[in-house]
Amino acid sequence: MKLHEYQSKRLFAAHGVPIPRGDVATTPEEARRIAEELGTPVVVKSQVLVGGRGKAGGIRLAHTPAEAERVAGEILGMEIKGLPVRKVLLDEAADIRQEIYLGVVVDRAACRPVMMASSEGGVEIEEVARINPEAIKKVTIDPFLGLRGYQTVTLAKGIGLAGEYRRAFDRIARGLYQAFLACDASLAEINPLVVTGEGSLLAVDGKMVLDDNGLFRHPDLAQMRDVDEETPAEREAREAGLSYVQLDGEIGCMVNGAGLAMATMDIIKHFGGAPANFLDIGGGAKAERVATALRLILADPNVKAVLFNIFGGITRCDEVAKGIVTAFEEVEPTVPMVTRLVGTNEAEGRAILEDSGYRLITATTLAEAAQKAVAAAGGELTV
Amino acid sequence: MAILVDKNTRLLVQGITGREGEFHSRQMIAYGTQIVAGVTPGKGGQWACDGKVPVFDTVAEAVTATEANTSVIYVPARFAADAILEAADAGIPLIVCITEGIPTLDMIRVRAYLDQKGVRLVGPNCPGLLSPGEAKVGIMPGHIATPGPIGVVSRSGTLTYEVVYALTLRGLGQTTCVGIGGDPIIGTTFVDVLEMFENDPLTEQVVLIGEIGGSDEERAARFIAERMTKPVVAFVAGRTAPPGKRMGHAGAIIEGGTGTAAEKIAAFEAVGVPVAEHPEQIPDLIA
Repeated sequence: MKLHEYQSKRLFAAHGVPIPRGDVATTPEEARRIAEELGTPVVVKSQVLVGGRGKAGGIRLAHTPAEAERVAGEILGMEIKGLPVRKVLLDEAADIRQEIYLGVVVDRAACRPVMMASSEGGVEIEEVARINPEAIKKVTIDPFLGLRGYQTVTLAKGIGLAGEYRRAFDRIARGLYQAFLACDASLAEINPLVVTGEGSLLAVDGKMVLDDNGLFRHPDLAQMRDVDEETPAEREAREAGLSYVQLDGEIGCMVNGAGLAMATMDIIKHFGGAPANFLDIGGGAKAERVATALRLILADPNVKAVLFNIFGGITRCDEVAKGIVTAFEEVEPTVPMVTRLVGTNEAEGRAILEDSGYRLITATTLAEAAQKAVAAAGGELTV
Repeated sequence: MAILVDKNTRLLVQGITGREGEFHSRQMIAYGTQIVAGVTPGKGGQWACDGKVPVFDTVAEAVTATEANTSVIYVPARFAADAILEAADAGIPLIVCITEGIPTLDMIRVRAYLDQKGVRLVGPNCPGLLSPGEAKVGIMPGHIATPGPIGVVSRSGTLTYEVVYALTLRGLGQTTCVGIGGDPIIGTTFVDVLEMFENDPLTEQVVLIGEIGGSDEERAARFIAERMTKPVVAFVAGRTAPPGKRMGHAGAIIEGGTGTAAEKIAAFEAVGVPVAEHPEQIPDLIA
């Protein structure tokens, strides 16, 4: 789960990281009031969960409260990379002398958190890693020892930060790591961390990604989820306990298991089609879950055919077939349905589908199922 | 011979009285796995699975009484990290964790602790281990596999079953099928399992099933090039996965443009490992 800049920065501030004075507005009038309270100039920043806000014109300077109101009005009407801007953050403008990057991520290969710093702040770290990897300095954090003082010195020296800022840098680095731990984050970054004209360090921009598996112990953070992070269908799926990602193809996919669901999407593409979604209905495949999943898939107007790919392991194919038939009673199939049931009790499962009276296209191999789904979506195959 | 689990496995089931734990314990017993003990705090002294398996309150008591040498964990995510640590502290050398949804930061601490103690963990968020004809530890369906010379290692569940079943139907049996799990932090990686298959006299070839996210496949490709004499064929799921979206498994996500299927496929092809276009092609690639 991604957090907005203002949410991330407030959490950093709660762990001792200095951030600019600022507040969030949802209307131009509110923006004006905030600018009056803060004093101008202010930076008006769109709060959307994508990168590249600056380039898209979503971050602008305002020199007067009236200008803040006008600029906020323009930004609040924008869409950035398809996401509507519903909130703006107004921050006191900083006198920026130097920009650096500071972040913590989970290093999957090392099985440890890693703190990274770079002298090239204000640029996406992936971009720096591609173009100038030597500019990135890293320290690996032992989960039992935590971030040590010598490590923050190593980072500060590594990126050429002047000696007078090292104590402030150390405090910020430790605060960022504490925030990362306290929130069960998988990423926490300050970009840029700036050296100001007054000679202090300030976290001007911030970003956090939280581990969904850790949210059960942070009900307060779970409530911060932005509705625009997911499509309405993805939200409904999450609430129903289904794993669903909407794509832009025309073949709906209903599969048991995440790896098999990805492989099913891939084989559709391999045979010239395009998947409309990733969907893992999980084990058991009870009628209710199948029905919810089917409703989600058919609600997508792009869907021209649906492919059911079920591998019966512990879950028996006849149980899944019953689930599918019951789901059809609830959710009328409006496009061609291709079914492939393989594994435990596959013959019984196929018989249940055949006897159900619904007009289904059946297949035995995955390749055959994918080819039939592609043909059915193209109108070249009917039952 | 097989790797990790075989006829000599003396299995302990943590969470044996839960719905999942009880169901799969029965399946494992039916397959012929020796389950010597179960653990559920507060239920010590009871018997599970129709009176076949004694239940203990703690892993340490179970180990003392039964000499269990492997543990499989079915407890809910919020208790699972503790269950792994308890098994490690009781001296169990091999722990298989089926549980999905353990917070990543918990797993970082668990991994660090297990590494210090020299304990092997398989998973979490994995289907477990199956050595056909010997033992089944976890949730893989036993009847889709058959004994033979192919080693199978995968980050997935049903996709693994699909591949194993396709191999079995073609008469290509398996030494051991290993599900290493779909989480970002796991106990046993592709490289660990490849090394075991390389050293296992009965394994002649290996099938590796990867997916998007992380760089475990790339490290596997380097290991194959530098250290393996046995042929390996691969499949990588997620060619069509969009960046930044978690595809079911917590670890299956393309982050910052890395961890894509294309990179992983290129890494395998660069070291001469044939990569199947789709799962059903895998048996064709086995020489």
